[in-house]
Amino acid sequence: MINAVGREIPEEILEMTGKEVFHGNHYYDGYEYKKDGPKTKCVINSNGSKLVDSIHDALVKCGIKDGMTLGFHHHFREGDYIVNMVMEEVHKMGIKDITICASSLGKAHDPIVPYIEDGTITNIQSSGVRGKIGEAISNGKLKGLAIMRSHGGRVRAIESGETRIDIAFIGTPTCDDYGNCRGIGGKSNCGVLSYAMVDGDYADKVVAITDCLVPFPNFPAHISMTKVDYVVEVDAIGDPKKIATGAAKPTTDMRKLMMADYCTQFVVNTPYFKDGFSYQTGVGGASIASTISLAKIMKERNVRMKFGVGGLTKPMCDLLINGQVDCLLDTQDFDLAAVESVKNLNHFRISAGEYADPFNKGAVVNKLDFVILAALEVDVNFNCNVVVGSDGMITGAQGGHPDTAAGAKCSIVIAPLLQGRIPAICTEVTTVTTPGESIDVVITDYGIAINPRRQDLIEAMKDVDLPFKTIEELRDIAYSIAGEPQRVAFADRVVGIIESRDGTIMDVVRQIKPFEFAEEE
Amino acid sequence: MEIKKPAMAGTLESSDCQVTVEAGEGSIDFTLDSAVINQYGNQIRKVVFETLENLGIKNVRISVVDKGALDCTIKARVEGAVFRSLEQTEHLPWGGAIR
Repeated sequence: MINAVGREIPEEILEMTGKEVFHGNHYYDGYEYKKDGPKTKCVINSNGSKLVDSIHDALVKCGIKDGMTLGFHHHFREGDYIVNMVMEEVHKMGIKDITICASSLGKAHDPIVPYIEDGTITNIQSSGVRGKIGEAISNGKLKGLAIMRSHGGRVRAIESGETRIDIAFIGTPTCDDYGNCRGIGGKSNCGVLSYAMVDGDYADKVVAITDCLVPFPNFPAHISMTKVDYVVEVDAIGDPKKIATGAAKPTTDMRKLMMADYCTQFVVNTPYFKDGFSYQTGVGGASIASTISLAKIMKERNVRMKFGVGGLTKPMCDLLINGQVDCLLDTQDFDLAAVESVKNLNHFRISAGEYADPFNKGAVVNKLDFVILAALEVDVNFNCNVVVGSDGMITGAQGGHPDTAAGAKCSIVIAPLLQGRIPAICTEVTTVTTPGESIDVVITDYGIAINPRRQDLIEAMKDVDLPFKTIEELRDIAYSIAGEPQRVAFADRVVGIIESRDGTIMDVVRQIKPFEFAEEE
Repeated sequence: MEIKKPAMAGTLESSDCQVTVEAGEGSIDFTLDSAVINQYGNQIRKVVFETLENLGIKNVRISVVDKGALDCTIKARVEGAVFRSLEQTEHLPWGGAIR
């Protein structure tokens, strides 16, 4: 069946998953449902501690068995040790058929690939996967379907009961013996625990794992003892050097600086750029540079930002320090400056649900004026791909891309026209992750295209001196330089689905097929 | 023209390619390792064969390790490798076999 972004979703996938095809961003607006709830084992006695000796003991106490779903968060990013530690133990115990439901998985988790191959792990639900797990899924090694869902979409799946987490493992920088978790302090300081909050709320069993046990009460708790069954102390939950890096040096790449400048010029010429506007940006070089150049113009024109959202980095936190923004709403910290900024009273931690969940009574993304995003590919219908590489290999994550793009009044994608030889602007993206109806503007080094759906923005830019082009013109320039890429050949088997925010199917990902030259002419 | 000795041109930098030629066994033996093989493999082969034909090379073992080079780069690297193998560094046929 063809969905609203023109993708053919095979009937057997609809049957297998019980899902509908994507019908458009607002298909589920106003939908009513009853939220799922966790099975809860009451603690009434006052014998004190929830500490157990090891991850093994915690798994036994939680009743680990074949076919269970385990929850993980990705606040430790490429420095995470939790997933590997837990899965190694699960594997040693001979448990099979595990579903991993993680807020994201990265290269740090390459060591679990053998567990995918031997059937310990048979299903993966994640924002995305990078590195060897992506290759394993694309090569058809995962027995079940990989489900890629956005940060908001994961909360929706758990709240609606579509995904039931049997045991959630929450790596926490500090914790007391009764399970009060905080994202700050300790050796593996990650600032916030936003993505793990839904695990705390909905998983049947919750295990907090820390490398910094502190005296009770570890308050104010980011995840409360009322939700935690067991606490395990280990030597290290992550590699601090890879959790929060030093602030990235502002880019000196002229191409990125030029795109950042185009972006800032565009932003300040929209009707939304006025006192009290709101803004979110990613961590790409051009996005960060555009925050820096925007701060300058805000100062010149005496315009203040009401709130900034992220995925935060130093330039956003600098806005708070310099009094250019009233507050920051934080779901994740990408550098040490952002982790440090959490101490500021106007730097608020929010849960992934508050941030982006389409199935609650309203999320922060709906209040965004601007979001600045990146993309691997954008097609002439403004559909974006951020998960599957142009070679067909799963290599990225949805993150908050579809959530923020759907919510923000002005969604801007910055992408260099060519990445090496690969055109970023193309006729049809390899896989759709964010629908074109969410994307308003695409900024490249060869020009800027406004989505024709946004006649208001086209009108607002009428007298603005920027290199405006149609999206087709941008594609044609890319193809004239690099040549038109051949469509990647896939095998038949569907190895994963790209789930829309609302749980419908945006696209499917098929198994990779080794390249063969065409017949000689 | 006949390949005289093994020769190489190009680098493994992004957007470049490294071309190696050596004497063949009576035909063109082409191998390709490319970061963009899925999208541009056939196009790269076409450019390499056309370039060899222009140069009059019919007997060669040629290998291309491509890092996303554009057609013009691939062509230049093939020509560079071939003329190095011929030990010809002057009086190159600009506008003739090299076009």
